[in-house]
Amino acid sequence: MVTEYVEGSTGAELNKREFKVIGTRPPRPDGIDKVTGRALFGADLTAPGMLHATILRSPHAHARIISIDTSAALAMSGVKAVVTSQDFVKQSSSGNQDTLDNCMARGKVLYDGHAVASVAATSVKVANAALKLIKVEYEVLPHETDVDGAMLDTAPVLHEGRKFRNIPEGNNANVSGYWEFGHGDLDAGFAKADIIIERSFKTAATHQGYIEPHATLATMGPDGRGEIWVCTQGHYMVRDLSAAFIGIETSQLRVTASEIGGGFGGKTTVYLEPVALALSKKAGRPVKMVMTREEVFRATGPTTSSSTDIKIGMTKDGRITAGQAKLRYQGGAYPNITAMLGAMTAFASYDLDAVQTLAWNVLTNRPKQAAYRAPGAPMAIYTVESVVDELCQKLGLDPLEVRLMNAAKKGTLSSYGPTFDEIGLVATLEAAKAHPHYTAPLGPNQGRGVSCGFWFNFAGNTSVSMNINEDGTVAVIEGNPDIGGSRASISMMAAEELGIPLEKVRTIVADTNSIGFNDVTDGSRVTFAVGLATIKAARAAIKNMCGRAAQVWGIDADAVDWVDGAAVPTGHNAGEFPPMTLAEIAADQAKTGGPIAGHHEVNVDGAGVSFGVHLVDVEVDPETGFTQIKRYTVFQDAGKAIHPDYVEGQMQGGAVQGIGWALNEEYIYGEDGKLQNAGFLDYRIPVASDLPMIDTVILEIPNPGHPYGVRGVGETGIVPPLAAVANGVSHAAGVRMFELPMSPPRILAAIDGAK
Amino acid sequence: MSKIHVSTTINGDAVEYLCEPSETLLDALRDHVGLTGVKEGCGSGDCGACSVELDGRLVCSCLVLAAEAEGRSVNTVEGMADGEKLHVLQQKLLDHAALQCGICTPGILVAAKALLEKNPDPTETEVRYWLAGNLCRCTGYDKIIRAVMDAAAEMRGA
Amino acid sequence: MRFESPDTIEQAVELLNTCDGISRVLAGGTDVLVQLRLALVEPELIVDIKHIAGMRDITAEDGGFRIGAAVSGAEMGEHVELVALWPGVVEAMELIGSTQVQGRATLAGNLCNASPAADSVPAMVVANAVVTISGPNGARECPVADIVTGPGKTSLGKGEIITSIYLPARVNNSGDAYLRFIPRTEMDIAVSSAGVSLTIDSDGVVTHACVSLGAVAPTVLVVDDAAKAIIGTKLDDDAIATLQAACSAACNPIDDKRGTVEFRTKTAGVMAKRAALIAYSRAGGSK
Repeated sequence: MVTEYVEGSTGAELNKREFKVIGTRPPRPDGIDKVTGRALFGADLTAPGMLHATILRSPHAHARIISIDTSAALAMSGVKAVVTSQDFVKQSSSGNQDTLDNCMARGKVLYDGHAVASVAATSVKVANAALKLIKVEYEVLPHETDVDGAMLDTAPVLHEGRKFRNIPEGNNANVSGYWEFGHGDLDAGFAKADIIIERSFKTAATHQGYIEPHATLATMGPDGRGEIWVCTQGHYMVRDLSAAFIGIETSQLRVTASEIGGGFGGKTTVYLEPVALALSKKAGRPVKMVMTREEVFRATGPTTSSSTDIKIGMTKDGRITAGQAKLRYQGGAYPNITAMLGAMTAFASYDLDAVQTLAWNVLTNRPKQAAYRAPGAPMAIYTVESVVDELCQKLGLDPLEVRLMNAAKKGTLSSYGPTFDEIGLVATLEAAKAHPHYTAPLGPNQGRGVSCGFWFNFAGNTSVSMNINEDGTVAVIEGNPDIGGSRASISMMAAEELGIPLEKVRTIVADTNSIGFNDVTDGSRVTFAVGLATIKAARAAIKNMCGRAAQVWGIDADAVDWVDGAAVPTGHNAGEFPPMTLAEIAADQAKTGGPIAGHHEVNVDGAGVSFGVHLVDVEVDPETGFTQIKRYTVFQDAGKAIHPDYVEGQMQGGAVQGIGWALNEEYIYGEDGKLQNAGFLDYRIPVASDLPMIDTVILEIPNPGHPYGVRGVGETGIVPPLAAVANGVSHAAGVRMFELPMSPPRILAAIDGAK
Repeated sequence: MSKIHVSTTINGDAVEYLCEPSETLLDALRDHVGLTGVKEGCGSGDCGACSVELDGRLVCSCLVLAAEAEGRSVNTVEGMADGEKLHVLQQKLLDHAALQCGICTPGILVAAKALLEKNPDPTETEVRYWLAGNLCRCTGYDKIIRAVMDAAAEMRGA
Repeated sequence: MRFESPDTIEQAVELLNTCDGISRVLAGGTDVLVQLRLALVEPELIVDIKHIAGMRDITAEDGGFRIGAAVSGAEMGEHVELVALWPGVVEAMELIGSTQVQGRATLAGNLCNASPAADSVPAMVVANAVVTISGPNGARECPVADIVTGPGKTSLGKGEIITSIYLPARVNNSGDAYLRFIPRTEMDIAVSSAGVSLTIDSDGVVTHACVSLGAVAPTVLVVDDAAKAIIGTKLDDDAIATLQAACSAACNPIDDKRGTVEFRTKTAGVMAKRAALIAYSRAGGSK
């Protein structure tokens, strides 16, 4: 591991710091609750007088709603409220209106599973029976679920007038977004190449696949005040959208985040929450809603599917002379910017003189896409890394050497605009090259795949408070749902900065009315941004505590330092008084001026980008096309690993999600536009027996934007597996694969086709 | 239609509940007995989050009718720890950081306990196949498998 | 919906026979409960047969084993003598679903669910398994091969219940095997599958064989040409290739989310080839 901090980075005061807590592996604070079954997730709460609500969903992929008659349902015994789109407030922003329309269809249903109405009743059974009494008259319209199909002039149009960028001539109304990135002279670049490969790829839509279905419990009193309990990645987002959708002020709605049973981006928007709130408002009783697994697949997530054309030129010795990618993504029935993120990330690993990426977002009759771990990047980088591998193969070059030769580094003008600061790609590639995995012998029908991966990492709005308790313990209050161990890492950073033992710190995720605003837990932002705010909040508390010590000692506050958890006099007072510990200052706080707290609110900037390199050995059965993962190693730059177990966990989890994407996961639509595999039986996520151990190597190239050097680590891990596995399969099977997933029928057809 | 009265034993305690004929054991445990540690991830036996032991046999409680528990014995994750003392498997999952979101954890624990009662010295492959019906989307399974293997070793030594 | 758990088979038959609406027999419940959950069926009556004497027993009989209709896959796998006699049938049963599903799922349930992709059925067919059925007109016996008449359809009459499945005795030097293709290593439904049972003589020459295929037609296929291809051989490469080709030729599958016609056709032959080699080895043959 690289543990030295790089000289000259802006975290200079901490560059040589020896950490006491950071980098250790203590048990997680929420661990006991989670191994004993005590932890409360979205569906685990009940309330007195609670009703249960379920949703009527469209059986059609695309249809105009002529009428909805809910009278028979309302008349049924046990039914307390029914809502449709009529019960929500029109939104001024088109993005919010889209989210609302996705929660409850307005005018048209746009995909199989689109919500049309909801019933709250005394039981799920009664609610479901009432749904059958709702009469919806539809005018069925032609539908399209394929990205390329939806771009044809003959395609049915989902929405008119929704193009939100300068869309080039020749695109139909389903193209809602278009983006261009890059620099340099492409023609000149390709002219310098000794070999140019042009390929087209397709990737299927995949679901985030969290094991906990969406669940919420909402209550709204006659006084117009509401409460929501929900499993979400962002309860402030839930508050803002739900309040806006039923037309109340945000201060009147308090949202509490439950423990969250996985999200991976899929719980960064609302589905049930505004509906439950609207039903509760009408019924005057608490309303609980829990999705079935089928509903999760039909109506939430998934990610985008893609169709891509890619062209890369290379010299005989492996220098990439130019690269171009044309990325077409469909993200379902409403506009989104995932294609833009794909275009930004496609060539991010490379230092190129000439690069261009073009991206289109296309509307189709599928569920509104939700973010999925490094949204847009895996499918873009898959295509680039596949073609780079094919170039290496054709030229007889080592794939890691070629990547090293072309790797982006500090000072590289990135393909999406910014110039990189300190980044870890070269170190990560070097680590992979030096690892025994890279040179281990392969058996028959086996192949080794390599791929780079990249994610920007997010930062954003963050609030943290910290209370110094009289007994010398510390309560940290943050507002980002803990999705993978962040309460552990936040507590560790607080303990480190305050200089106290970890067990003296307890971190909680507060509700929306208890602390300032926080952006959603997404984009690998929490350990970075909340960690930064925690450190700054600790510094504010330390300043206060130094002041208290100065007051007791009768010296200038500036003449007090904080060392190892205690105030110490400095300068000419040095040594004059014994250090005053946090516990001592805390015990006397009432006498020295009252409660001591620290807080920090900031829109954080400076999230350092993260690169990863994955190595995989696969074995392909030439008679069945079955692929087995034999060995897998993840190399990733974490900046600074606060809790290495959870960094490894992110790397392993991301890798396995990517393996699933590469091999078997896909949304399968029939000719009728209906989803055919809305369950874990046929939406095939990896199971324990599909996998070997996932080895990890953490690199630490500090992020200058964080006091301890932290980079987000959650997203990057899902990016490389698609191409790494595809490249491994291509070597093992002796035939190139251009479509994901590489399910056995596809691989076998490719093998047989090549004979 | 009338409800069915069920007398059963849950985590060693005599328990009675009323259920509808169509309710599952999972529904009964969560909604009537208050054992919300038993999780529902799919309702179709594909994810294992609702795993319990029924007369010592590992099952998905979503695939058992509540009425079938009459006169039988059910063990859930809530019954694993002995007061303040965690079961070795619970401790090992914590030690190995083998959970992230924790929603699959109760099912994994119950399933792993059933494995080690049957096979105290499983190979990695045996652990992986035994737990194939317990989906985890966070961890990639690596740390879970290590934790179960480590727990098995410790339980054999004890 | 009514839930009944009678103590005798007569009571069970009476309940089912007098129910006017839809009824379901509950053994392991691993199919029935999924159907209830998805509201694919809303039965008026559920009859749990697990409290009926003999339903949960594996009994030695005439050199074979009688397996009660409520015996779970896990219980079969733990029965050492049964595994020794019909390893292919037991492994077919044990492939169904997860460990959790194994704790409940039954041979009889897998048969009555009548899925073309049922794992245990091709294995039972090559084993010449016989089911015992109780009904309003008393008990009768029926070969497993004659129970399933189409996807989701059986030859069982109203009020009839399978009470047990008999796996017969077998001569020395016999072996059986079952293999299926699935996209993952576990938790999937068979995309194609094959069961093989065979007997060899002291020279290792196959004297009897039966080959079946699953998931490649509306019901299990028995491929006589495949059996003929290996009878009289020591499973040399030519014989195996002929068996494989005969199996693929017999396939009549559908294209669906689980596999294409081409894929099912090809892999069914591959599964049969590999199952035949395992069965041969189990019979004591060496290659």
